[in-house]
Amino acid sequence: MFQPGSTQLRAIKIAVFLAALMPLARLIWFGFTDRLGANPIEFITRSTGDWTLYFLCLTLAITPLRRLLQMPWLIKLRRMLGLFCFFYAVLHFTTFLWFDHFFDLEEMWRDVLKRPFIAVGFTAFILLIPLALTSTNAMVRRLGGKSWQRLHRLIYLIAPLGILHFWWMKAGKNDFAEPILFGVIIAILLGLRLYWRFMKNGAQPLRTAPR
Amino acid sequence: QKLPATRNAAYVVMDKPTAYKDATTYNNFYEFGTDKTDPSRYGGSLKTTPWTVAIEGEVKKPQVMDIDSLRKLAPLEERIYRLRCVEGWSMVIPWIGYSLSALIKKVEPTGNAKYIEFISLADKRQMPGIGSPVLDWPYTEGLRLDEAMHPLTLLTLGMYGEVLPNQNGAPVRVVVPWKYGFKSAKSIVKIRFTRDEPKTAWNLAAPREYGFYSNVNPDVDHPRWSQASERRIGEDSFFTRKRKTLMFNGYSEVASLYTGMDLRKFF
Repeated sequence: MFQPGSTQLRAIKIAVFLAALMPLARLIWFGFTDRLGANPIEFITRSTGDWTLYFLCLTLAITPLRRLLQMPWLIKLRRMLGLFCFFYAVLHFTTFLWFDHFFDLEEMWRDVLKRPFIAVGFTAFILLIPLALTSTNAMVRRLGGKSWQRLHRLIYLIAPLGILHFWWMKAGKNDFAEPILFGVIIAILLGLRLYWRFMKNGAQPLRTAPR
Repeated sequence: QKLPATRNAAYVVMDKPTAYKDATTYNNFYEFGTDKTDPSRYGGSLKTTPWTVAIEGEVKKPQVMDIDSLRKLAPLEERIYRLRCVEGWSMVIPWIGYSLSALIKKVEPTGNAKYIEFISLADKRQMPGIGSPVLDWPYTEGLRLDEAMHPLTLLTLGMYGEVLPNQNGAPVRVVVPWKYGFKSAKSIVKIRFTRDEPKTAWNLAAPREYGFYSNVNPDVDHPRWSQASERRIGEDSFFTRKRKTLMFNGYSEVASLYTGMDLRKFF
């Protein structure tokens, strides 16, 4: 199986980093060339929301992939992917706070409390914050591997909340094709973990700390 | 194709009309797909000639009318209406048509007619969105007869000085400016007069979210978002707050239609 050396790994990381910035670059490019459509704010909200979910799936795919492909080094990409998930979630939330509510926190708060689909998305976003804050090596050391891992299992809650948020957003339009697709992907990614745990087939020790 | 009409100053709002490009590329017309750009992309396959509208049900003179006779039924007027979508955005559109009441009077509803139902075309060969499970096709909408008789309710054949583009509901639709946009059925092939309240497509799909009346009302929120404000397409930029939504979309003259009704209950 492919096992990159340290120079190769560095190149891979840079490539992934640049690729992960492309969705943002596209939005900026579209903004300057007037291609965000008749409702640019909706376009940006949708796009940043979609990319949050894509990166969530990618992040959750790392553990199953490294096991199925026998490529344990993939773990070295996980932190970056997770942080990009957070990055697009921040952009998504900022679009909501800025363009929908114009930084009127009180109004935003009413919206969060009143509407379940927003409340769920907001909760998922809030839960992402401690994960982003504890993503550095220093924080892993400070927390200790065990409690760090316990904290980061929050992602198993965040992922379904993200799907639910998307599901309810689409519900009024009765258009479930995409939420179902994302739901199935997340279910498989989480289900594999449960399955492996259940089978006690943990022969391959998984390193949990990012490095 | 140009469609000559005389502007009716009594029905012209002073807001700035939305750019033609925005009004024709940002559409909800699920028969062509659920994305806002789908109708302009795939609307070309709709065949609008020949076209007939069957008028039936509780009327003394049921008939099938072709589009030419509909165009000649009454003098064509240009009216500039606000359009408020239930999703929280709005446009200002110069429509061409005449009050639906002219057609209703011609076909003479019986005393039993209390409602009017609009049925849109649902042809899989022309409309790629038909067959998607999003709605029960065909798309149906309806109004109470007095709402349909209100002079604001426009039988619409054109916009921006031309016949309707396919993505905007060619060749004939209704426009009911004080209700959310989805009440204004597009590409109508049948108009039926009924005793009972007709089932409407969106109400069947999500009864909690889309009521039969669906009057624009800033005080009655959609279950998933507020209806208190709206974004005017093409005008409200990143740096302007959304504008306040007006009761009945600003058409307060229709308020008397709903005297004594609890508009929270009959949303």
